[in-house]
Amino acid sequence: MIIELGHFALALSLAVALIQSSVPLIGAARGNVAWMNVARQAAVLQFVLIAFAFATLIHAYVTSDFSVVGVYQNSHSAKPLIYKISGVWGNHEGSLVLWVTILAVFGALVAVLGRNLPPALRARTLAVQGMISLGFIAFILFTSNPFTRLFPTPEEGNGLNPILQDPGLAVHPPMLYFGYVGFSMAFSFAVAALIEGRVDAAWARWVRPWTLAAWLSLTLGIGLGSWWAYYTLGWGGWWMWDPVENASFLPWLTGTALLHSAIVVEKREALKSWTILLAIVTFSMSLLGTFLVRSGVLTSVHAFASDPTRGIFILMLLGIAIGGSLTLYAIRAPQMDGGGIFAPISREGGLLINNLLLTTACATVFLGTLYPLITETLAGGRISVGEPYFNAVFIPLMVPLFLLMGIGPLLAWKRGDLGGALTRLKVAAGISVGAAAVTMLVAGFALADIGGAFGIAMAAWLGASTLIEWGERVKFGRSGSWSRIVNLPRAAYGMTIAHFGMAVLIFGVSGASAWKTESIQVQAPGETVQIAGYGLTFKGVEELPVDNYTAERATIEVKRGDNIVAVLHPERRTYVQPPTQTTFSSIHTTYASDLLTTLGEAEGENGAYVTRFYHEPLVPFLWYGILLMFFGGIVSLTDRRHRVGAPRRAPASAAMPVPAAAE
Amino acid sequence: MTDHATSPARPRRWPYILPLAVVLALGGVFAKRLSDISGGYDPLVIPTVLLSTPAPEFDLPPLPGYGDALTTADLKGKVSLINIWGSWCAACTVEHPLLMEIAKSGELPIYGIAWRDQPDRSIAWLERHGNPYTKIGQDPKSQAIIGLGVVAAPESFLIDKEGIIRYKVAGIITREEWREKIQPLIAELSK
Repeated sequence: MIIELGHFALALSLAVALIQSSVPLIGAARGNVAWMNVARQAAVLQFVLIAFAFATLIHAYVTSDFSVVGVYQNSHSAKPLIYKISGVWGNHEGSLVLWVTILAVFGALVAVLGRNLPPALRARTLAVQGMISLGFIAFILFTSNPFTRLFPTPEEGNGLNPILQDPGLAVHPPMLYFGYVGFSMAFSFAVAALIEGRVDAAWARWVRPWTLAAWLSLTLGIGLGSWWAYYTLGWGGWWMWDPVENASFLPWLTGTALLHSAIVVEKREALKSWTILLAIVTFSMSLLGTFLVRSGVLTSVHAFASDPTRGIFILMLLGIAIGGSLTLYAIRAPQMDGGGIFAPISREGGLLINNLLLTTACATVFLGTLYPLITETLAGGRISVGEPYFNAVFIPLMVPLFLLMGIGPLLAWKRGDLGGALTRLKVAAGISVGAAAVTMLVAGFALADIGGAFGIAMAAWLGASTLIEWGERVKFGRSGSWSRIVNLPRAAYGMTIAHFGMAVLIFGVSGASAWKTESIQVQAPGETVQIAGYGLTFKGVEELPVDNYTAERATIEVKRGDNIVAVLHPERRTYVQPPTQTTFSSIHTTYASDLLTTLGEAEGENGAYVTRFYHEPLVPFLWYGILLMFFGGIVSLTDRRHRVGAPRRAPASAAMPVPAAAE
Repeated sequence: MTDHATSPARPRRWPYILPLAVVLALGGVFAKRLSDISGGYDPLVIPTVLLSTPAPEFDLPPLPGYGDALTTADLKGKVSLINIWGSWCAACTVEHPLLMEIAKSGELPIYGIAWRDQPDRSIAWLERHGNPYTKIGQDPKSQAIIGLGVVAAPESFLIDKEGIIRYKVAGIITREEWREKIQPLIAELSK
């Protein structure tokens, strides 16, 4: 009964979306305030309805109601509660409901928080948001209904793929979806601005917090996915350039470009049509990311079951959303850019190059992901594009980007002084060269270490120049610097933290790519293997029955010299339902490097097992970097200027922000 | 619509139309692909042109300690199975027990192609899981793979006595498919 109510609520929300996408638009065109205000009520009502529908679905999973097809196919009564809940979005239908739920959350947030938005802009933005809802709710109801019943009711469900039964992966899709869907706000604002025919500094300031929120969710979402791959797949890899990974990375690249170009619109009223285009492209990439893999157009190991009818529906939806917005763009955007000429050496010039590099990077990844499909469809031949391509084209684009990231923030708006900036960065250059030298010294001057040393030099350059920029800004060490440190806008801190996080990430990536070592062997109980200065003694394996799986649990003693530093327990798990085996690695971390152990198969009769050990230097810094970037986004989001209520459609004053307590 | 006559320095339009054009072109490709798929084309199945044709020529270096190089000549004279795998391929681990059983039964030789892998990792994987392969060739640069039209590992090809591709499985060979499709085909081809 409850599930039928959920189904009904979702159907009702389709009607609400229809109203939300039409009435406010007409109201805004005619200047009818009452009609415009329908948008807010509709957005809130829509949220309530969809949230209810989502809740009924969660209820069905938690109570293991196998009369619902989706629950039967994807859940099992012996599953821990958290995986019953995460099972809701572990399948195509449920993940779509999560998608529209998050869409409704963002719509309701704009309705509630966006009181200071001009009514017409708010009405149009929410109307565009309503159109997106309309399309996807219709998609759920007509092709992917998660509320379908099954009769007779089965006794037990099929269970969730055990590899998905993992805390990292339970949170990963919602985070990722918050990112993907969050960019719908930037898209809706952009389309609303195109309808209005007006983009100005205030518009950019309204868009930025939404973009920032989406960006930081996506950053964390990608990070979680990568972390999951690292510790479960058990070979110490964290990025494979798989189509599904690329799909989440594409909107991240354009979203990052969008964050930066919106600053130029805000400060200089330039790059307007470019920013609009980026907003459209970023959300389009998000849509492609979520849906292309499901349409059957692109095949991937990660993909949910695809079906051509859905594919055609999805393609039509994408066509309307992307094609429609770009048509509007082609008509309206040429009128938007005023002037737009600025000095190449200036903050905005730097941001423009940043944008070019990021979008080029996005284009290369996009091409690498879709090229096999395009050639196959048009020419019939088959090719495969793999890691070598991505490494060969992506890294050369990132090097100038990282160099620029150090210099850009030191350039002034309008007319920067490149010489002056470089002079101030002498120290950073010195540190960078020094870091490379030290690295080579420690690594022993082998040719193979040059790549790693170069990466570390990049990280040092970016880290040092980011700190120098911060030091310059607060005039560190001079009188009054303490008050400047305290009063520096949070957005500035956000940038410093996020850029520094990037430096930390580069440090981690360099180390992990250059100096990873591994050792694979058959170990009998009591045997010891040396890797990277650790002695690992295999103590044997015991079998443990847990709720929904049986574990073969190894005990491995890790010694450094004569001291036991850790006892690790890598596992092989055999799940009850569906019957599947997975491995579960066990990691000893020094917080600067990881020792990752996995357990293979039994060998022979004497209790010997195949064991694999990986020493992963600097990998933790990868996660620190991502967390810092996420944290930087949060700090920036709390900046008073970004708070939705704060901006006015008036020239921005450069005054010091009032401390938050004064509000 | 906009007024074309008033503005003397009218901005060029084509840069603004370009994104739309790109999207339309891509949309066309996707639509063709989908119509191919609903017209019965399965992207995971090898193009029919390759079925019933000789396996493409290759000469793959051996995996140290696992016998000689794997070449097209090995495929002649006996029905065999080519299996594409890699130590990085999680699904290959799932398929592996079936391959071990086939190898044990001695039904037909299985030739492994270690795709985009490092030799030490391939060896470690085989040591860990067991070696079902009669011979193994390394293909780090996708030399044979492209000719075979492989999309993802694992993939397997059933080759007849003349070295002609008779069947292809994209993805894991299920026991069902093995029993119901491949084994009868082997029996027929072995006559």
